[in-house]
Amino acid sequence: MSSNKKYWKSVEELNENSSVVETLQQKEFAEEIPVNEFLGDKESLESSKTSRRDFLKYVGFSTAAASLAACEGPVIKSIPYVVQPERIVPGVANYYASTIADGFDFASVLVKTREGRPIKVENNDLSKSKGGVNSRVHASVLSMYDANRVKRPMIEGRNVSWEEFDREVGSALGNVSGDIVLLTQTFASPSTTKLIKEFSEKYPNVRHVVYDTVSENDALNAFQAKFGKRALPNYDFSKAETIVSVGADFLGDWQGGGYDAGYAKGRVPENGKMSRHIQFESNMSLTGANADKRFPVTPSQQKAVLAALYGYVAGGSSTSDLPAKIDDAVVKAARQLRKAGSGAVVVSGIPDANAQALVLAINEALGSGVMDANNPRMIRQGNAEEVMQAVEDMKSGAVGAVLMAGVNPAYSLPNANEFTEALSNVDVSLAFSMKPDETAELCKFVAATPHYLESWGDIQYTASDFALMQPTIRPLFDTRQFQDCLLKWTDNDKSYHEYIKETWSGSIPSWNTALHDGVFKATSPVEIEASEASGSVNVATAASELARPSENNGMELTLYTKPSMGDGQQANNPWLQEMPDPLTRASWDNYLTISKADAESMGLENENVSNGGLNGSYANITLDGVVVENVPVLIQPGQAKGTVGLALGYGKKSGVQEEMQVGVNAYPLYKNLNAVQSVTIEKAPGVHEFACVQLHNTLMGRGDIIKETTLEVFNTKDVKEWNSVPQVSLDHVEKPVTSPEVDMWDGFDRSIGHHFNLSIDLNACTGCGACVIACHAENNVPVVGKSEVRRSRDMHWLRIDRYYSSEDSFIDDLDKKENISGLGSSLSEFGELEEPADNPQVVFQPVMCQHCNHAPCETVCPVAATSHGRQGQNQMIYNRCVGTRYCANNCPYKVRRFNWFNYAENEEFDYHMNNDLGRMVINPDVTVRSRGVMEKCSMCIQKTQKTILDAKRDGRVIEDGEFQTACSAACDKGAMTFGDINNEGAVIRDKKEDDRMYHLLEYVGTKPNVMYQTKIRNTTEA
Amino acid sequence: MKKVKYRHSTSRLLLLSVAFFISFSVLGIAQDEASQDAAAGSQEQTEESSEDSSAMSDLGDPANGKSLFNSLCAACHKPYSAGIGPALHGVTEKRDMDWLYRWIKNSQELIASGDDEAVAVYEEYNKTAMPAFPQLSDADIDDILAYVEQPKPEPKVAQTGGGSTGGESSGGGVSVNVILGILLFVLVMLLAVLFLVNKTLRNFAQASGVVVTEKPKGKPIWKSFVENQFLVLVSAVFGLLVVGWFAYGFFMQIGVDQGYQPIQPIHYSHRIHAGDNQIDCKYCHSSARTSKHSGIPSLNVCMNCHVTISEVSPETATEEYSKEFYDGEIAKLYDAVGWDPAEQDYTGEQKPVKWVRIHNLPDFAYFNHSQHVTVGGIQCQKCHGPIEEMEVVYQDAPLTMGWCINCHRETNVRMEGNEYYEKIHEELSKKYGVEELTVAQMGGLECAKCHY
Repeated sequence: MSSNKKYWKSVEELNENSSVVETLQQKEFAEEIPVNEFLGDKESLESSKTSRRDFLKYVGFSTAAASLAACEGPVIKSIPYVVQPERIVPGVANYYASTIADGFDFASVLVKTREGRPIKVENNDLSKSKGGVNSRVHASVLSMYDANRVKRPMIEGRNVSWEEFDREVGSALGNVSGDIVLLTQTFASPSTTKLIKEFSEKYPNVRHVVYDTVSENDALNAFQAKFGKRALPNYDFSKAETIVSVGADFLGDWQGGGYDAGYAKGRVPENGKMSRHIQFESNMSLTGANADKRFPVTPSQQKAVLAALYGYVAGGSSTSDLPAKIDDAVVKAARQLRKAGSGAVVVSGIPDANAQALVLAINEALGSGVMDANNPRMIRQGNAEEVMQAVEDMKSGAVGAVLMAGVNPAYSLPNANEFTEALSNVDVSLAFSMKPDETAELCKFVAATPHYLESWGDIQYTASDFALMQPTIRPLFDTRQFQDCLLKWTDNDKSYHEYIKETWSGSIPSWNTALHDGVFKATSPVEIEASEASGSVNVATAASELARPSENNGMELTLYTKPSMGDGQQANNPWLQEMPDPLTRASWDNYLTISKADAESMGLENENVSNGGLNGSYANITLDGVVVENVPVLIQPGQAKGTVGLALGYGKKSGVQEEMQVGVNAYPLYKNLNAVQSVTIEKAPGVHEFACVQLHNTLMGRGDIIKETTLEVFNTKDVKEWNSVPQVSLDHVEKPVTSPEVDMWDGFDRSIGHHFNLSIDLNACTGCGACVIACHAENNVPVVGKSEVRRSRDMHWLRIDRYYSSEDSFIDDLDKKENISGLGSSLSEFGELEEPADNPQVVFQPVMCQHCNHAPCETVCPVAATSHGRQGQNQMIYNRCVGTRYCANNCPYKVRRFNWFNYAENEEFDYHMNNDLGRMVINPDVTVRSRGVMEKCSMCIQKTQKTILDAKRDGRVIEDGEFQTACSAACDKGAMTFGDINNEGAVIRDKKEDDRMYHLLEYVGTKPNVMYQTKIRNTTEA
Repeated sequence: MKKVKYRHSTSRLLLLSVAFFISFSVLGIAQDEASQDAAAGSQEQTEESSEDSSAMSDLGDPANGKSLFNSLCAACHKPYSAGIGPALHGVTEKRDMDWLYRWIKNSQELIASGDDEAVAVYEEYNKTAMPAFPQLSDADIDDILAYVEQPKPEPKVAQTGGGSTGGESSGGGVSVNVILGILLFVLVMLLAVLFLVNKTLRNFAQASGVVVTEKPKGKPIWKSFVENQFLVLVSAVFGLLVVGWFAYGFFMQIGVDQGYQPIQPIHYSHRIHAGDNQIDCKYCHSSARTSKHSGIPSLNVCMNCHVTISEVSPETATEEYSKEFYDGEIAKLYDAVGWDPAEQDYTGEQKPVKWVRIHNLPDFAYFNHSQHVTVGGIQCQKCHGPIEEMEVVYQDAPLTMGWCINCHRETNVRMEGNEYYEKIHEELSKKYGVEELTVAQMGGLECAKCHY
């Protein structure tokens, strides 16, 4: 029986005429449910004719269609050549020697092409002495496949044909009144020099102004004054015994770069000897990080240091006004320099002609055999005064036409606004440009130029070293190189290729050999303009000039270039953006580096937040009324107090994809193209989110990660003292961890067949990062973008860990850790060890999969997706992986990377793998991984397998040195040695037997196939 | 609204379908006869033409001439159409016999002697010199000329109905349909008869007052089945096993394209090239020797031979594919490569051929042809099947991982004479105590040998 009870919902129901009650009887809720708001626009919903039935119909049909479509496999088309070029065999790579010469990087390279498209840039071994194949050069191949390139010539933003372009430019140049200014990069090309001369003959009012974006003006001026040639001295650091650098980042891009290979040779102890390197600098640079002894000094002090050094070396003065500690260092450095004799060298990066003149004088006084002024470098030619004069002339209207090639002054000039205004005064503005950059946007004429991998060229590195550039692919777009345009406009029917050949005919024995090798020695067939050497540089005045304390108010800013970004030409290259800076380990950014003391006094902060990201304050930088706003601040251990540093090359907007418009443009602070400026810093509101891949900065005395000792100990003490094998206890007896009885695994016989090992010499590694990019290119490592890197989801298979010491040296760290006793002491002192020192020692350690013979990852994989090969490689099988990530959890080295997303063909990751052009760079021999699988270093198994197959096909034994990984091949410093440990007489066997050899975290007992060579520092004072 | 009743709709439908089947089968039979007639006719015709051609020759022995022509001249000349050199049919009418003897034996000498005709011919063919044949006697030349002067055989007419469409509408398919149609018809008639007989019998029974007793209905069979729990269990288990078996079979064949035989843009017959003409696979697929890809030959490789071979010989044609069909396919090649057979020159208009790829390995599997072909010395047929018999290529092997692995387990590595293997052979044969090593023993089962 049903109940007759009435349930009251509310008191309202007593009121008979309540509208609320009535509404509630009809509807559950008194208020309208915002369905339409939720679903979208009400109007469009109502006007829509799609009923629920229709909707279900569509769902049904589309599901059916999808499942039907899935039943049939895709039809894959295969389109062969109609006429196959003789040299191309599909599936086999061809190599061509070429040269990059973009005005900033000059290097001989070997270009690997597959089916006619370049996919990788490698070292050209024939030109090893020149080095310079840095991370930017390795990444340059991707810059060719840049979707943002200028694809055809344009006049006032209108696409035109080259014929029309030639016609228009011809008539414009013919009617020009005033000078024609040719503002170009340093070409260092004899043929181009000749060609520009011919161009000047046709148009007599041509003025050629060479503009180096990052200037070496003062060094060039000093050299020119002394030797009469606009060039730079060449250095061979492999011969050096004592190197004193005052503010010169010579392992970076100082004076054209490329000195690191020679330097590294002298750093590996041989017969108990290695070079000693003393560095005085303000920013913590790559060079300072590698130094045996580093002194943080301000730029103004650097001048005094150099003056004092001159005084001590040349025997002039015996005192200086420097602080006692630094003065002492200078005295010791001078003593050591004198002792080293011809093995001594002083270099300086102080942007001051006096300082540079002094360097030349010191090296001469020392009788340095390291510096070579007879075969000087020609790869920097820029003249800052002429550039500034040209801008002045443009403003005054004296210039009728500006032709710019390889430069982007509207972005990179400190007075870019002034330049922009001045350009509007010029009738004819023409930019030869690869990208629609700031300058190209302003110009009336834009001549689309090809990438260096699509161009011809000849390059003069030094007075007698030359190189050739050859195209490795047909131009992707309707482009024509600068030189070909000049030839056209001087009514020359030849192509630039023929023109170069003609230039060199008679000067070299064989064009084909030169082209094949890419490098050759010769004397230039084109006269280099020489000015009268004044010779009468008064060194003493220069020294006293330098020693004079300069007016100094505010902070001293030193502008520098990062190994990844350089002058910013390749800002649209995602590989370079994602490459972490070797020192700060931050990617996708530039930032103001500041010392901890200064940061504290200004209230600038860095903190790690809960998601693992690094946050930093913002600061505004002011220089003579120019304000660069919202520069993120990063506290840099080792930064000299009273100084700050900021990298050039960032903050580019035009022609750069939105994701890569990162950082701030520092060029407005590059006043008079001088890298040192006195600025004021003030804190700005807001918090910047960095994408920093290393949060733990110190080694905390963990000597099992990086072993380091001094040359003295290395030479005199037993190996057990400085590189002992960890001991474990077995039945209360200490046993070395390498002995078989303490091993919980049954080892396999690994003496048959190949067994690959990789040795990394921490002494030779400068931390430059060329291997990181080479690995990226070889193994199709995806780019994940800034926010993912911040979440520690970077995909680099090879990372270069950087550690700071917490005490003055790592050895002190170790001592401090060893002496911790008791709870109180451990609480406080471990905390202290987390903080890097004000002037820490720095060490770099490349870490990739260690390919453990007893790999912890292999035993935990539930699907056996990672297993061990007989050749020593820990194999990762993507198609078997289900993504449990147990392996990454169990890896003590943290080298496994998980694909959180599909990084290829995904709009969310709009980098090169998301467009047809960018995908051309993908290595066809390596799988592109998809979402949900683990990946890691494979020890370039595709390369070792290829080497084996080549030998099998030829029926021959494999020689030592044939086996290479991408990283070992990219390292021109010789820090990475790869080889077959079962091959008698292989270098890698010696490396394994070397006293310096140790394995990373050896006590874990993983028996890695990657080994490290103990870092030795030369602390011997003379 | 008024509804129209189709009272006899079912019977009408039945009638209609019967009529349809009958008409279809009659049509099929008629077509069969017609094609037989045509074949017989063409046979007669060829016989006739060969008869009268043998009667024609008065120059020499055309049979001997044919063999000489094929060995010496056919590279450049064809009897009835222009190749590198001119068509030769009718040459005896154009030229004097003596001139021909001299020209054939040494054309350069004749040209050098300043013979106007000779120089004119030389100029006409872009100064392409004809090789000298001093070994030929006058009689031999007569034989050759006798062969080329045979009248052109009439093309065989309509051996297959539509030429290029092939044998899709062959008689076999139709007759099966006819039989099925008749069977269906008979069955339908039977049903109808049974129904009618039943009805009549009931009518009789009713008329004669016989009461047809309905059998009392027992328990229906499904009910007793449901009650027998053991039977239910057994059949459920059995049913699951069957479903599982088929599901497994279904899932395991996903992505396995064994037997995949797509239609290619140009009907290229491996039977003719690799089978009849014994061309080595690696002549065209040359990159199989050095590369991971076997490589689809570029069209310039085809033109190495097809610059002179613009038509197939009549013997090449099969019942399924006529000579015209094959010649048409060669014309497609000429079109793609931009070769003008009339002008004997390239036009420069190239149209790359979009072949359909048959053997597709997934991207995560690395396979290298040169490893297997050059190093392993494996015959192409081992994986690709009887390719020399395939008119249209199909995927012979399943190309599954199990198939690869099996072979790696069973196949011995060819090590003799390869210095690379010397050391590892010595060590491994000692380890395993065998003289011959399988790929698996060499480490050929390791995952990352093929997956990276």
